[in-house]
Amino acid sequence: MDLNSGDLNSPLSTGTTIIGVTYNGGVVLGADSRTSTGMYVANRASDKITQLTDNVYLCRSGSAADTQTISDYVRYFLHQHTIQLGQPTTVKVAANLVRLLAYNNKNMLQAGLIVGGWDKYEGGKIYGVPLGGTIIEQPFAIGGSGSSYLYGFFDQAWKEGMTQEEAEQLVVKAVSLAIARDGASGGVVRTVTINSEGVARKFYPGDSLPLWHEELEPHESLLDILSTSNPEPMVS
Amino acid sequence: MSKAAIEVPPKGGFSFDLCRRNEMLVKKGLNAPSFLKTGTTIVGLVFQDGVILGADTRATEGPIVADKNCEKIHYIAPNIYCCGAGTAADTEAVTDMVSSQLTLHRHHTGRESRVVTALTLLKSHLFSYQGYVSAALVLGGVDFTGPHLHTIYPHGSTDTLPFATMGSGSLAAMAVFESKYREGLTRDEGVQLVAEAISSGIFNDLGSGSNVDICVLTKGHKEYLRNHLQPNPRTYISEKGYSFSKKTEVLLTKITPLRDSVHIIEGGDEMEE
Repeated sequence: MDLNSGDLNSPLSTGTTIIGVTYNGGVVLGADSRTSTGMYVANRASDKITQLTDNVYLCRSGSAADTQTISDYVRYFLHQHTIQLGQPTTVKVAANLVRLLAYNNKNMLQAGLIVGGWDKYEGGKIYGVPLGGTIIEQPFAIGGSGSSYLYGFFDQAWKEGMTQEEAEQLVVKAVSLAIARDGASGGVVRTVTINSEGVARKFYPGDSLPLWHEELEPHESLLDILSTSNPEPMVS
Repeated sequence: MSKAAIEVPPKGGFSFDLCRRNEMLVKKGLNAPSFLKTGTTIVGLVFQDGVILGADTRATEGPIVADKNCEKIHYIAPNIYCCGAGTAADTEAVTDMVSSQLTLHRHHTGRESRVVTALTLLKSHLFSYQGYVSAALVLGGVDFTGPHLHTIYPHGSTDTLPFATMGSGSLAAMAVFESKYREGLTRDEGVQLVAEAISSGIFNDLGSGSNVDICVLTKGHKEYLRNHLQPNPRTYISEKGYSFSKKTEVLLTKITPLRDSVHIIEGGDEMEE
């Protein structure tokens, strides 16, 4: 979702790929890590999966400022709600709070969000809150500019009742496919797995991802240079 | 369905009506008045003992250099400094405002300010002005929780990074950082790298120039190296000199600095978190 002006003063957007997938026992959220201003990558290692509560996380796409502000407000409201309720919030409540902010301010916001988490009543749940502020409960959700390339992939690869490993592998494969084809997505793949046991964050650096059609092996990549103890300046 | 326009009472807050009118006038061909921009190179990096911030010192008004030696590293708190790019008035005003708010906050809490507090105050102010306050900032400091470095964009989004660059010269400086940065740099290596990144901006970006300012922040200690490098000295000075007409009155200006009297309580109750 990058903007067309291409100058460094355009609003910062997470031109992105975000994914949320349910599996037998929880959810897996995944995202790339590129934040762009026009044609420049402002942050190549951003974290687009933000924590709302201990058991609910949010994937952000669209305007970085808008989504960061929404997640700050929702985290604040959910914190109060948890205190008042006396027990962990449900994913449905979190998603609805996100939806209320997104819908009531739809003219001013540019935010495509995926809420995912686990609670003891419903188990693992994914809710998509796309641009207009609808809320839709889905077994899996994709969003961001890179998601266009994944609709067909998910139609074919998604199945009900996957194991945790299968779901994680699916998410990583999908994000890496989107990164290969979408210029506004890139960097590393981050995943967050939420189930009854808790939350596990994983990180897949660019060179560990599979190569797709016509991609070449990395040669003298930035990661190789940085991993040596005394990096020399890049020479071509 | 009839569409009755409901009169909503004004909610307060900033009214953007004049912004729209200004945009309409510009479209009609009116030359908007120019303003002082720090077309700039500002950088920050985290090293083993803390944070180093760097900036160039050129302030431009369109194609003219308005100030050859301005200060772009602003004071926020004794342990927090902020480099500012964008409209000079906006960066000055927003950093002064947050600096005052933090001083009051320190008096209320009796504790050293945290970098995330400054970050939240800045980002919520900039977000509420929807990008019209054109301030792109690199905020760095060392507090009880450790060293922190953040970038803040005019629309109110923030990033937390080990090294960051902003301003028109950010691409030139980022090229240097991506090539030579590594974790656990010593103070001298860090200062050297920051100076190199700013110099890269100064020499390769037209909006940046003049000297290099550096600020080194460590636990309990700050070093403000004003004009650490001066790679653009004035090489030709006319021998004729300048003379003022006989009517000119020569005055003397004396500035008395205010006493810095904030007393931080050492060893007060430490917040556990």
